[in-house]
Amino acid sequence: MSTEILNAESIRRIDREIAKYPSDQKQSAVMAALAIAQDQHGWLSPDTMQAVADYLEMPAVAVQEVATFYNMYNLKPGTKYKLTVCTNLPCALSGGERAAEYLKKKLGVGYREATPDGRFMLVEGECMGACGDAPVLLVNNKRMCSFMSNDKLDALVEELK
Amino acid sequence: MTSLHDRHLEPLIMAGLDGANWRIGDYVKRGGYDALKMILDTGIKPEGVIAEVKKSALRGRGGAGFPTGLKWSFMPRGFPGAKYVVCNSDEGEPGTFKDRDIIRYNPHILIEGMIIAGYAMGVSVGYNYIHGEIWADYERFEEALEEARAAGFLGRKILGTEFSFELHAHHGFGAYICGEETALLESLEGKKGQPRFKPPFPASYGLYGKPTTINNTETFAAVPWIIRNGGDKFLAIGRPNNGGTKIFSISGDVERAGNYEIPLGTPFAKLLELAGGMRGGRKIKAVIPGGSSMPVLTGDVMMATDMDYDSIAKAGSMLGSGAVIVMDETRCMVKSLLRLSYFYFEESCGQCTPCREGTGWLYRVVHRIEHGLGRPEDLDMLNSVADNIQGRTICALGDAAAMPVRAFVKTYRDEFEYHIEHKHCLVPTYV
Repeated sequence: MSTEILNAESIRRIDREIAKYPSDQKQSAVMAALAIAQDQHGWLSPDTMQAVADYLEMPAVAVQEVATFYNMYNLKPGTKYKLTVCTNLPCALSGGERAAEYLKKKLGVGYREATPDGRFMLVEGECMGACGDAPVLLVNNKRMCSFMSNDKLDALVEELK
Repeated sequence: MTSLHDRHLEPLIMAGLDGANWRIGDYVKRGGYDALKMILDTGIKPEGVIAEVKKSALRGRGGAGFPTGLKWSFMPRGFPGAKYVVCNSDEGEPGTFKDRDIIRYNPHILIEGMIIAGYAMGVSVGYNYIHGEIWADYERFEEALEEARAAGFLGRKILGTEFSFELHAHHGFGAYICGEETALLESLEGKKGQPRFKPPFPASYGLYGKPTTINNTETFAAVPWIIRNGGDKFLAIGRPNNGGTKIFSISGDVERAGNYEIPLGTPFAKLLELAGGMRGGRKIKAVIPGGSSMPVLTGDVMMATDMDYDSIAKAGSMLGSGAVIVMDETRCMVKSLLRLSYFYFEESCGQCTPCREGTGWLYRVVHRIEHGLGRPEDLDMLNSVADNIQGRTICALGDAAAMPVRAFVKTYRDEFEYHIEHKHCLVPTYV
């Protein structure tokens, strides 16, 4: 079962993570394994969590606890792109909120809403440790975009269309 | 970008970086790995390394400011079996963005620092926990680790000696709480990041229940220089009890937000000048000197304060992680506090009732004041909620949520009262 849900590439990457930890501590690789599974599927379904649990030989509930605790895991199938804008105080002082408002208008959505074409979801994010680059946003968790002026936001949305 | 400028003062960690010269060859040209080679060549004993770090008065750069050499000496030397050294690169305290620049622009200085720490404490495995929001930097660190392995600085029998040390990178995936050291250990073990009771402290019961030392990225990064040049020299750069340089992340209403590495004890006015002064030449109103959890100070107080642990404590706040958030005269203190309160509400891990429930109360009460629904008794209520969180939780997140509320209400009480009475801001605009 598990090998079907996690493809060969995912298994190869998960094995590489498992090797970082003592042989009796495979569970330490769960955060990485879930991130890898999310790369493959775009989100974490109960079946995916079960497959990760089976592969790491840990209880499924322990995997679910991790998946629901950390906020970069997607627990529902989502849009093609998730744009997470930091609006915390240091960013807000340098245009973070402005950038979020600009995107809301441009995409015609509020926070946690998807555009009708299913391409974009806008999320209000917390500190990403990049306050000096404000406004900052993440595209699908892993690509950080810095100094997001309105022009750069236009260009980004155009690129992702 | 934020560290790549020539406006540091006597930099040790950020010296000579251009953004492209992060690879091992560049680092070696800057004198990198010389400290490790010197230790292994001359056979300095682990105790000697710790003594040097003690002499330097290096204090933890993550927020608590605990003396690093002392922390290292807590590791049980004779303990049989595995011990661990862990780097906390889970940087997510609003305003802090210095560790990211060490990881992406000078990763080998951190790797060398961790190897030396491993040698000093008799540890053969280390982990660097990097928060998931800086994915590209996590990948760069992994690449730097590969370089260090290939060069023989990591792995078995380093440089032909009997000393072995392996180091791995572990990524987070969105949880501020994992910056708390025991939550980080839980996370590293593959669990929810909920803090543990202390004691036992990590030095006796840490990762996988084994003795573990956790330091911040910048702390480890300071170590190679100390070993190369001596603890005395490092201490001489700063002030007594406040050795060396510190990287300050300055954000908010300044012309050039960014990281500035300066000697501890440098006046705040000088730091502000390095950052290009106030944006648009406006007047300084408020400064949070050590990351969002620390008490806010007025601009006037800050302009008369020096940037070191003891001076900022004397002024009524804490140096914390060195994140300096600057606000000008156009900023509303109620709205500023509202945003911070939301953060702690969102990031409370939910384990302790006073924090889980209290952070929600703090947020909701500040929210209603900001939105014109505040009541005269609300300010006392905020203090009372803060009282009921502070000191009553397993970890410091509760304190971190309570302290800013207390300080904002105390320092800018007139502004909160104006809000409650007039249903709008005292200052004209925001953002």
